[in-house]
Amino acid sequence: MITFEDVSFRYEEDGPAALAGVDLHIPEGELCLVTGHTGTGKSTLLGAVNGLVPRFTGGHLRGRVTVAGQGTESRPPQEFAHLVGRVGQDPLAGFVTDNVEEELAYGMEQLAVRPEVMRKRVEETLDLLGIAELRGRALRSLSGGQQQRVAIGSVLTTHPSVLVLDEPTSALDPTAAEDVLSAVLRLVHDLGVTVLIAEHRMERVLQYADRLLYLPGDGSVRDGTPAALMPDCAVAPPVVQLGRAAGWSPLPLSVRDARRRAAGLRQRLADLAPGPAHPGDAGPGPAAAGDPHRTPIGEPLLTARSITVTYGATVAVRRVDLRLAAGEVTALMGRNGSGKSSLLWALQGSGPRRAGTVEVAGGDPGDLPAAEARALVGLVPQTAADLLYLQTVDEECAQADAESAVASGSCRELLDELAPGIEGASHPRDLSEGQQLALVLAIQLTAAPRVMLLDEPTRGLDYAAKRRFGAIVRRLAAEGRSVVIATHDVEFVAAVADRVVVMADGETVADGATPDVVCSSPAFAPQVAKVLSPLPWLTPDQVARALTAEGADPAAPLRHEAAPR
Amino acid sequence: MSGDRTPGRPGRRPSLTWPPLARPLHPGAWWLWALGLAVAASRTTNPLLLAMILAVAAYVVVRRRGDAPWALSFRMYLALGAFIIVMRVAFRVVFGGGQGDTVLFTLPEIPLPEAAAGIRLFGEVAAEQLLGGFYDGLRLATMVVCVGAANSLADPKRMLKALPGALYEVGASVVVALTVAPQLVESVRRVRRARRLRGAAGKGRRALRGIIIPVLEDALNRSLALAAAMASRGYGRTAGADPRTRLITGVLVIVGLVGVCGGLYGVLDAAAPPLLGAPLLLGGGAVALAGLLVGGRRVRRTGYRPDRWQPAELLTAGAGAATAALMFLTAGVDPENLYPSLSPLSWPELSLVPVLAVLAGLLPAFLTPEPPRSAATPPAAPYTGGATGGPGAGGANRTRPRKEPVP
Repeated sequence: MITFEDVSFRYEEDGPAALAGVDLHIPEGELCLVTGHTGTGKSTLLGAVNGLVPRFTGGHLRGRVTVAGQGTESRPPQEFAHLVGRVGQDPLAGFVTDNVEEELAYGMEQLAVRPEVMRKRVEETLDLLGIAELRGRALRSLSGGQQQRVAIGSVLTTHPSVLVLDEPTSALDPTAAEDVLSAVLRLVHDLGVTVLIAEHRMERVLQYADRLLYLPGDGSVRDGTPAALMPDCAVAPPVVQLGRAAGWSPLPLSVRDARRRAAGLRQRLADLAPGPAHPGDAGPGPAAAGDPHRTPIGEPLLTARSITVTYGATVAVRRVDLRLAAGEVTALMGRNGSGKSSLLWALQGSGPRRAGTVEVAGGDPGDLPAAEARALVGLVPQTAADLLYLQTVDEECAQADAESAVASGSCRELLDELAPGIEGASHPRDLSEGQQLALVLAIQLTAAPRVMLLDEPTRGLDYAAKRRFGAIVRRLAAEGRSVVIATHDVEFVAAVADRVVVMADGETVADGATPDVVCSSPAFAPQVAKVLSPLPWLTPDQVARALTAEGADPAAPLRHEAAPR
Repeated sequence: MSGDRTPGRPGRRPSLTWPPLARPLHPGAWWLWALGLAVAASRTTNPLLLAMILAVAAYVVVRRRGDAPWALSFRMYLALGAFIIVMRVAFRVVFGGGQGDTVLFTLPEIPLPEAAAGIRLFGEVAAEQLLGGFYDGLRLATMVVCVGAANSLADPKRMLKALPGALYEVGASVVVALTVAPQLVESVRRVRRARRLRGAAGKGRRALRGIIIPVLEDALNRSLALAAAMASRGYGRTAGADPRTRLITGVLVIVGLVGVCGGLYGVLDAAAPPLLGAPLLLGGGAVALAGLLVGGRRVRRTGYRPDRWQPAELLTAGAGAATAALMFLTAGVDPENLYPSLSPLSWPELSLVPVLAVLAGLLPAFLTPEPPRSAATPPAAPYTGGATGGPGAGGANRTRPRKEPVP
């Protein structure tokens, strides 16, 4: 269905190759998962399928890409509209009309499909994706998951034989992501559509994928079944990492696989206490080396009493009490719209607060001018890049020093500690997501707040970047700060947070130590906890360290299972 | 909704339901109806007739408008009309010039220098003068309100969809612009809020830069993404027209439209030379139509659930046309009552034909199907448009009707 014949692509004539000598043949009806770190050419590969690369991106493409026998070199992307349906990360950015039905019909209108046929297909698609009740709704009033399903529907109506999905769930909460992915799986199974999907929540797709395309980063593409590629793929979901730690072969691809095999491992681990979820050696900093499992609650840094935030008649946050202590990483979880962001903004003092008090170092950031408030509580907003507006990283750093009235170079110093090797002359918007995040974090830390709030920092980060970022967070805590992270990412929480606060509908519904909160409900549990339940193990790292410490040969651990120390 | 009438089976007459099933009327029909009323209003200064036209327009709007946001705009046009009348009368009082014999009261006159001879400020205020202003203002106000009626009855987006194929691109860009505008507002709010986190360094130009750059970056990224999305969904698939055809289309359409404008002016202004009227209007119309046809030929595209011209649409447009035509007829036969005399002052009178003309405009209020109300459709969510801002609305969770909007 899709072939790549010796395809090479460079964005600049003498720049590095994003794709180099790629030969691929993807037969009809396959679910193909594209994976690799950020910046290894996943989007380039997907964009090349219908010719958006290089026609919309610029750059030099050699070789030939064909879909159903049609080459992209001679035809513009428009001519592939009936063959290839493409859905991006942000559905709202791709919507042309403003209500569901018209959006579904848009592609067909362009292809001059007869009105009777259009009418029928719109109805079919509404049913297929389970969005019939949304038909007349304005697109902007839909939730993220609904929007993404409408976006998929809107390309399906032209009956394409290939569906290209570029990180379709990266902006969604877990439930919404689940909805979208199950819709995609249904398409694969019921309609036999060929699907090419880049997905950073690999754990959700891996088990269904017929084929894995792994981009190691040198422009090549490794192609094979998930089971064949997983043993040495640098990007792996926790369940695969657990399998590697336990030395299982073949590796488990789903929680179910792993669970069925884990009886022996559970027995071995039963008598061991799980080590710290966040290892001290994960980061470059020396500070957290002797970190015990639960950082002892230090002095209280922030005390918030009955915080209430309202917008008109809607209550976003309802009488929430929160104490933050030094050296503690708190994860704030809950579905979209549960009031996480509102709470963070209210704590920082920049957002609206209807009632309640916040006390940080004797002052209330809400009553202070913005410059003083940020010296007490720092906040990195969801779209961190909103804070960047200068031409180079150095200018941003200098500006940050001036804003915080500290010695020049302080911000740069912080940045080098957080993410070494960012060139001062580069444009902030050319940095990767992870580097941008580090830059904004450094700018906010320049004001030396002891409480740092991070709103959805891990969105758009791949496994490796998340790991590095987790280490940064642990260091901030080890230096005596209190860090709050609003996030949906259970695996990240399991690896980094000491304490989890769960919000729903503006209220706190759970507040406690990470293992207690996270393992108490299956929906929230990280993969390793699901596999090893009822044991309170959270991350593959914990298991790996325990097994190594036990002295067992991790390659053949199960033979020793009867003799735990 | 347009297919509400089941096609008749052989041997059975299609059952005409009465009252007709609710459906939105073709926006073009409403516009033709409203323009008919406006043209009729332009042919008279008789306050009684104008008041009737106003009443007819308002009644039809009240009976046939939906519950969409634009349907509420009628009140605004009424206010605008009132403003126009007040201004007209006020101007007559200020720069009255003192025509008319029936002096109502006298204001102290402000003497002006020689250079401003012929202009008089205040002074005697005559009834003729006030009435003249009132009639004029009322006529203009009525025409404005007629346009307002069309605006609140016709869905502007469906109107754009009904554009001829050659103008499709224009319509598409307008639709996109309409959807992008709220997004832009949202990113400005988000960035402004985020700036406070950096201590809101500086004010004035510096702050402006801090807001504009992220917002522009956002907007640019979005438009690139939108362009790519539209291309991959087939937009511009058949735009392979050669530049010559495009040029011809453009020239024809523009020349034609200019002709139509000139012609309309000629028709509406009774003092214009006759050649400038109907002939120019028809000629311009023909040229523009030719342009649209030439342009439309290269288009291969279909419309989803297009609005069709059914009897109700024809009736609505016909009612507007009838009002205008009857009024023109009266203007030729019996012009006195259309322009009530100011000197000598006389009570305006009504004659039968103009009254019938205006009443014809009332027909759509009874004979067209009702608009669908969203209460009847399954739980329609409130359009949260402006309220979807919030701390992170730009990126990840631009999702459920969010509860975290703007400060």
